[in-house]
Amino acid sequence: MITLEIAGRQVQALPGQTILEAAEAAGIHIPTLCNLKGLTPRGACRLCLVEVTSWRGKVVPSCATVVEEGMTVVAHSARLRELRRTILELLFAERNHICSVCVSNGNCELQDLACELGMDHVRVPYRFPALGMDASHARYVVDHNRCVLCGRCVRACSEIEGAMTWGFAHRGVDTVVATDAGGPWVDSSTCTECGKCVEACPTGALLDKGTSVAEQVKDPEVVSRVTERRPRA
Amino acid sequence: MSDTKRVVELVEPFAGRPGELIQALHRVQSELGYVPSGSKQSVAEIVGVPPAEVHGVLTFYHFFRTEAPGQHTIRLCLGTACHVRGADRVLQALMDELKVGIGGTTEDGVFTLEGVRCLGACGLAPVMMVDEEVHGRLDPGKARSVVRDHRTARG
Ligand code: SF4
Ligand code: SF4
Ligand code: FES
Ligand code: FES
Repeated sequence: MITLEIAGRQVQALPGQTILEAAEAAGIHIPTLCNLKGLTPRGACRLCLVEVTSWRGKVVPSCATVVEEGMTVVAHSARLRELRRTILELLFAERNHICSVCVSNGNCELQDLACELGMDHVRVPYRFPALGMDASHARYVVDHNRCVLCGRCVRACSEIEGAMTWGFAHRGVDTVVATDAGGPWVDSSTCTECGKCVEACPTGALLDKGTSVAEQVKDPEVVSRVTERRPRA
Repeated sequence: MSDTKRVVELVEPFAGRPGELIQALHRVQSELGYVPSGSKQSVAEIVGVPPAEVHGVLTFYHFFRTEAPGQHTIRLCLGTACHVRGADRVLQALMDELKVGIGGTTEDGVFTLEGVRCLGACGLAPVMMVDEEVHGRLDPGKARSVVRDHRTARG
């Protein structure tokens, strides 16, 4: 057992556990977005940043940082609040998050974070790119305008379903998720239509076909239910 | 022989070597001048990676092109010195003349327009190369006439 301090509390963790896992086990909440229990941490969104006092105040993503004996971690501070809020604003500004017309309105992790972090306005200009949707599949739709590039769909599809349908294509500001060789989803030769990508997606970017405003409800825990019943060596 | 068949041959030495995907794509591009879009699936199967990975690599690196380049490649410098001396206006003139954007190939397949960073000829800024030929001290009119001369000479 490793003993460390998170948010002023003595916490115990197993070697190899992340700061986030140790905090959650102790009932200490840290905001997250790209992290999903059951999937490999990716450290993509940086919303889970914490300050490690014992590392001279270094700011690290708690979902992707392993605990250390005697570590002291600040989970909430003015500095962290500002960092998280800026990151969140950039996510909102990057694409088109018009909640009032989104299928995930009321059931969206991005929206929940905005409420939690008190994001009442965005201080950078919105980019409003005109991105497409792919509604070719009979059951699912991807709307790139709502995607935050967390990679949860990519990881769920490869790590849980083993289909490896999703990947990232292009780069930088042009990055999008894509199925197979970039063709329409319906033409995918690898997709098994299991729907895990849709459940794992934290926003309205992946949705069940036929859902309308505020109708999409997701079950991201499906991932950890599968991994818990199917332990790996 | 169709391009996809050629790709299959070129990629064969990398069969079952997922770690060498980039080398495989490199070989295809150096032989054919591009990696045909329609060959991604075959490359994936031979090399042993998901198609999504081939697509990801091809679109991530600007080096790879998935469409056949034109007979001539125009490389317009968009580096600092050329920028300061009006490369943006030259670019606009070329785009108007060729009716393509950066990275595009003209409808007749004669020219591909590329933007590059510093050709190492800053003293001649703004500069462009048409294949191996250097054209310096450009202005919009001069750039247009270089293109037209090429069309009449070898078009
Ligand atoms: S439905 Fe399943 S197999 Fe198809 S892309 Fe989504 S996660 Fe992958
Ligand atoms: S589609 Fe959803 S799960 Fe996939 S990267 Fe975008 S936001 Fe994340
Ligand atoms: S939740 Fe840790 S970086 Fe996204
Ligand atoms: S900046 Fe154009 S040649 Fe150097």
